[in-house]
Amino acid sequence: MSNFSFNLQLLFSGLAVGAVYSLVALGFVLIIRATNVVNFAQGDFAMIGAFAMVTMLTALKLPYWIAFVLALAVMAVFGVIFNYAVYYPLRNRSFLPVIISTLGASIFMQNAVLGIFGPQPRPLEKVFKTPGFEVAGVFLDSQYLVILAVTLIAVAFQYFFFEHTLLGKKLQATSQDKDMARLVGIPVAWMIAITFVYSATLGGLAGILIGPVLFVSIGMGSIIALKAFSATVIGGFGDVTGAIVGGLLLGVVESFGAAYVSVPYKDAFAFLLLLVFLLIRPQGIFGEKISEKA
Amino acid sequence: MTIQTSTAGASAPAPARAPVAAPSRRFGAGALVLLMLLAAALPLIPFVVKVNPYILNIFMQAATYAVAVLGMTVVLGYTGQIHLGQAAFFGIGAYSVALGTLVLGLNFWLALLLGIVLASLAGFILGLTTLRVGGHYLAMVTISFQVIFDLILTNWIAVTRGPDGISGIGRPSLFGYTLADDKAYLAFCVLVLYLVIFGVWWLPKTRLGRAMQSVRENEMAAEVSGVATLVVKVVAFTMCSALGAVGGALYAAGFAYISPDNFSFKISIEFLTMTLLGGSQSPFGGALGTVLLILLPEWLRFLKEIYMAAYGLAVILIMVFMPEGIWGIVMRAWRRLWPRRPLAHGAVEPFKLDFPLTDTAPVLQLVNVQKHFGGVRAVDGIDIDVARGTVHALIGPNGSGKTTTLNVLNGIYRPTAGQIIVDGKDLTHTSPHVRAGHGVGRTFQNIRLFPALSALENVMIGAQRAHNPIERSESALRRRALSTLDFVGLLDRADQVVRSLPYGHQRLVEIARSLAGSPKLLLLDEPAAGLNQTEKQELVKLLKRLRGHGITIFLIEHDMGLIVQVSDRISVLNFGRKIAEGTPDEVLRHPAVIAAYLGESVHAAA
Repeated sequence: MSNFSFNLQLLFSGLAVGAVYSLVALGFVLIIRATNVVNFAQGDFAMIGAFAMVTMLTALKLPYWIAFVLALAVMAVFGVIFNYAVYYPLRNRSFLPVIISTLGASIFMQNAVLGIFGPQPRPLEKVFKTPGFEVAGVFLDSQYLVILAVTLIAVAFQYFFFEHTLLGKKLQATSQDKDMARLVGIPVAWMIAITFVYSATLGGLAGILIGPVLFVSIGMGSIIALKAFSATVIGGFGDVTGAIVGGLLLGVVESFGAAYVSVPYKDAFAFLLLLVFLLIRPQGIFGEKISEKA
Repeated sequence: MTIQTSTAGASAPAPARAPVAAPSRRFGAGALVLLMLLAAALPLIPFVVKVNPYILNIFMQAATYAVAVLGMTVVLGYTGQIHLGQAAFFGIGAYSVALGTLVLGLNFWLALLLGIVLASLAGFILGLTTLRVGGHYLAMVTISFQVIFDLILTNWIAVTRGPDGISGIGRPSLFGYTLADDKAYLAFCVLVLYLVIFGVWWLPKTRLGRAMQSVRENEMAAEVSGVATLVVKVVAFTMCSALGAVGGALYAAGFAYISPDNFSFKISIEFLTMTLLGGSQSPFGGALGTVLLILLPEWLRFLKEIYMAAYGLAVILIMVFMPEGIWGIVMRAWRRLWPRRPLAHGAVEPFKLDFPLTDTAPVLQLVNVQKHFGGVRAVDGIDIDVARGTVHALIGPNGSGKTTTLNVLNGIYRPTAGQIIVDGKDLTHTSPHVRAGHGVGRTFQNIRLFPALSALENVMIGAQRAHNPIERSESALRRRALSTLDFVGLLDRADQVVRSLPYGHQRLVEIARSLAGSPKLLLLDEPAAGLNQTEKQELVKLLKRLRGHGITIFLIEHDMGLIVQVSDRISVLNFGRKIAEGTPDEVLRHPAVIAAYLGESVHAAA
């Protein structure tokens, strides 16, 4: 393999893994905008989604697409439960208790799944049976192609949903000013519940997509969540475009870092990049200077 | 010291419950002494009664963990910052002792010092980069640090010996006596723990501790009151890191064997849960939470591998049902039985500001100040001079740029262009706490107090600003705060938590907080907003009384009646520009002002 196509290969797989970070980061950003709080269990949505998919496929032996739809439905329900158990009781308190509560939820989710499924990582089927194909010396893994395509669709859907539907506008209004939204008759509690449903589903989707690549394990969520959070900071905190670009950038940096610098320290690159950004450009690539209103 | 001892307070006309409370209060004090004696006797028990070595180990773990947890009390409980990587700092201490004694051949104390220095350094750097940008980031960055630390411990085998860990770590010796005996070492750890508890308990009674709490309660108000919030947060985080290292060092020497598993993210979460369960705002709570959560797994063995799930659930339940933790609940019950004794203050000094009026240069000069938000020119080049010892009002229709001007003036916003000169010094590029240090005080339209602190503490935080021309001692701060509260008429509310005060009193506490810092220039943002007629009249009287003290006041207000009563001079803004300035009479008759307020065409008027 030539040096050029090797690099191209790295770029391709980096973008695909980065796309998963982007999906989880999108979920992060939506919840940050709706509740002003970082959801520490965001990555565990991906983990739960992947385990739901594994259960549908292996225990219930459902066909792939039915399993896929059902797993996403499970995630939507899960989003509702999460909203009412973890966020809702604390909605009128400062962000500190809410963040800690989502952290508790994350520990609970991981260990409850551990109790049910045991510590053994599970394999997950790819969407297509073909391993992939080769173009110009670069092997295009079919799962990676699916990940990129689905991410593209999810981003397009999200854009359309938020900019061109009434529900999307209501959600935007809620995230910008809850009190004002309430005054013009938007059911704010509902909007936040919908945000949790949406971002749990998005997280689950990310888990189902990355499952075949990483294996499905208890800890898969937390590592993805940390990367996704780094992506939101690098892209610009609370910025949708930033989350996507940040995620892709991280994926590529990791892919090249693992190939050229060190494999065992692969997970450290994301955090080093995060620290560099905090040091040099804390508002991120697309973020505006942070200033609080007096 | 003019503050009287407690006997003066007790003999002062006390609330009705005092006669009933007196004997039980003595009982309360007795109970306290008994508890302290018990605590002191605790580490001596194993010397008298034979204790299972396994139990000794559990308590050794509890004592060393508790030291790290008390670091969390400082960062999370006092300063309100989420820290999720304390196990990494615990690990730095442990590995410093292990590698320092076994590889570098240092003695325990030097290795401990090395650990403290390394952990503090790491904490300082991490804190400085992260805490500039707010609460969410520290949480994530500390997890990241934790992950990197784990990676290094497991992968850098040449130095850390990797997943196998390090064994054969020795015990320290003290005054030539090696603490090889578990009982003696446990007693030593408990002694260290007691010292740390005392220090952490003492902290809120100091300037630094109060500053930390003010950051937790309302960071912007803290900054504007003169607290260098970034410095305070970084100091808190560094202290926490150092305590983590001390705990880890004791742990390593106690158990003689460490491996990366002892310092994983899971342990960080345990530290966090211990802090929250016991009660994050008190060192006793932290210690209690640690002991409980170390004993709990022993009792909850039947839960086996899902006990971590129970942990997670416990975190949510604590947040929802007992945010103050067990200690908070205990303290509330205690206070119900033995209420806090009314504040004993004796004679209060008269409130003084007394700025010399000999200097005739203006106190404040705004030179062509501009503030643009994207394309919106909220403030579009204004020049205002505020004369010393006057009350200068800034008025204008809604959206004319008044509050933006005030925010630029006190450093919350950076101006797009222009200069802000206070008392001859150019402060354009300084942060709000530096301006507070130069004598710029401020109140907010939507009151910003430190809700969980008492009125006295709120005002003391205002009094402790840099360069406040009063004595530096703690008692001087207290006297200053009391005399300021007396001046605004709230002396009898001094020990009340401000959250429980009525709205009008909260405004007065906010004004008192700025006044206690002896501001040359006091900025008031709509001080009459939300006040009723009586309260407004009180405010007018207060402002008039202040004028006698040589202070300069620059205020925004909508209530014209109040403005006309108190102001010497008025500047009028519209669309971010100054359209008129002069005495109240001149300004109110100015055609441009009438046009701006009554809605005539601005172009015709200008």
